[in-house]
Amino acid sequence: MWSWGSVIGETRAVDIRSLSAGPLRAYQHQDCGSMTFLEKYKDEIADILSRYPVMRSALIPLLYVAQRDQGYVTESAMQEIAHLLRLTPPQVYETITFYTMFNLKPVGKFHIQVCKSLMCALVGSDTVIEWIKVKLGIAPGESTADGLFSLSVVECLAACGTGPMMQINEDYYEQLTEGKLDRILADLRSTGTSPLKSGPFMWPEPVTGKG
Amino acid sequence: MPKHELILLKNMMQPGYTGSLTDYEKTGGYQALRNTLGKIAPADVTTIVRKSGLRGRGGAGFPTGVKWGFLPKDYQGPRYLCCNADESEPGTFKDRQLMERDPHQVLEGIVLACYAIGSETAYIYIRGEMVLGSKILEQAIGEARVAGYIGKNILGTGINVDVWVHRGAGAYICGEETALLESLEGKRGLPRIKPPFPATHGLYNKPTVVNNVETLANLPHIITRGPEWFAAIGSPPKSTGTRVFCVSGHVKRPGNYEVPMGMTVRELVYEYAGGMRSDKPMKAFIPGGASAPFLTPAHLDVKLDFEHVAAAGSMLGSGGVTVMEEGTSMVWAALRLMEFFYHESCGKCSPCREGSSWLVQTMRRISAKRGRMEDLETLLDLCKNIAGRTVCAFGDAEVAPIQSTLKHWRQEYVDLINEAETANLIRPEPVGRP
Repeated sequence: MWSWGSVIGETRAVDIRSLSAGPLRAYQHQDCGSMTFLEKYKDEIADILSRYPVMRSALIPLLYVAQRDQGYVTESAMQEIAHLLRLTPPQVYETITFYTMFNLKPVGKFHIQVCKSLMCALVGSDTVIEWIKVKLGIAPGESTADGLFSLSVVECLAACGTGPMMQINEDYYEQLTEGKLDRILADLRSTGTSPLKSGPFMWPEPVTGKG
Repeated sequence: MPKHELILLKNMMQPGYTGSLTDYEKTGGYQALRNTLGKIAPADVTTIVRKSGLRGRGGAGFPTGVKWGFLPKDYQGPRYLCCNADESEPGTFKDRQLMERDPHQVLEGIVLACYAIGSETAYIYIRGEMVLGSKILEQAIGEARVAGYIGKNILGTGINVDVWVHRGAGAYICGEETALLESLEGKRGLPRIKPPFPATHGLYNKPTVVNNVETLANLPHIITRGPEWFAAIGSPPKSTGTRVFCVSGHVKRPGNYEVPMGMTVRELVYEYAGGMRSDKPMKAFIPGGASAPFLTPAHLDVKLDFEHVAAAGSMLGSGGVTVMEEGTSMVWAALRLMEFFYHESCGKCSPCREGSSWLVQTMRRISAKRGRMEDLETLLDLCKNIAGRTVCAFGDAEVAPIQSTLKHWRQEYVDLINEAETANLIRPEPVGRP
């Protein structure tokens, strides 16, 4: 399989799949008994399948379930899904490798994705990436030794008016400043979540008298 | 501040509006649905939408009513509606606000569209990163289902419409309608060759309509207040209604502003978005998302509607207006966008797959002061051989930043190359795969 990274041979260091597994394995592989993926999420999977007249449509939603389970999509989960949807394993693999949001290798507990597209770059996303690199001591594509944080540099996340911004796992953090970044990282370390994450999006906020 | 009536953002601008079903009903929500289902014939709904002049808000600007009219009239099997909520165009963030702040407005539009085209199933294809948006939509669908606006036998009319949220997984190309359908079918999101068009061979090879979130959100208002009302707003006859413009970049107040089409860029940027963030004057702007060619301050009085922006040499696209101040390197800006397109090219067509890589390499070389004068010709030659030679419009989009910056700011490229020559840093590098 040829990779575009090899053509240009550098900074698309976005590919989290090339992460070394090492220290991450320890906490990622939580014990889920001998239960297979399909048994564990039987009801949810049945619900997903009921939405589509053609089974293959359920592939991406099922891969999300698998990713939620382990933090990345395991080979055995892919095989189970292939079997369930009556697809060949390569059909599952060709699909999963097209989409950037699926991890085929473990990532840190908090996967930081900073947008570097033009609109965020105009308002300082490169500086944010530098801050994170220094604060966590990792480059894009790497994880911290404790397995807590992984850093990726990604393309547009549809928050151009409130940049610079980043996504950590499922949450958006917008209008970043260094102080805000420090607090977010501290919050994540101590409580696993941060109140600074974005709620339902609205910008600019409604004018309430003060103009 | 608004000097005109808001349509789509009106509800959410009310203090305390949460976007819940009760809030939406209080503002007259789902009245259009009550007054339409079983009372106006589906074909008449299509006629109303066609008369309103509503055009797609996703980028291509195709008239919505006409698109619906392409569905085969006598087809007996299932039909599908897909709501395109992929919103992946850099510079655009309007659909996110429409879905997260007023989800029922979108849902009402979806059910109305389903009724008009005779579809019983709608899928909302939302971009994978918007987890919060998909949760909000799912909750809203649950509320609407309990209230009888979605599901079997809606409001006792015997009409069934089911709506499902389907998350994408991070591919820009899935905003292209046929790539979206492929992705929804559980495959790689590679655009299909057209024709056949989705209207006859869409999702699962069945007649399908793909409409943008903002397009659908307009429908309840058009039905309630009539097509004549809508057609009088904006810049009739070809660009009717309002547009939610997403202003980003070097302005004081970036964000979403809903204004009638036909407003000038000057007014949008200087009055609504508060003007430039510092003392530096404007150097360039993009009027319609990353795919739209750059324009200069000389185009500030161009009216923001489909025709005028096209006449100025760009496109209205998805309504993402990005402003850059004096001092921004245009070579750098074009390279940033080019890197995006290189990353997101799906790989189906050779001109785009290989060409985007060559363009990035050449641009990086120029940017790193290792360029040669003939690189400029190489760039233009590559652009010419990509645009119009691919299955989807991605090819045309990816050359826009380079072609337009070379047109308006060629001197910046030349200066960088001259610097390279004087510094004697030229190290010839082959273009293409090593």
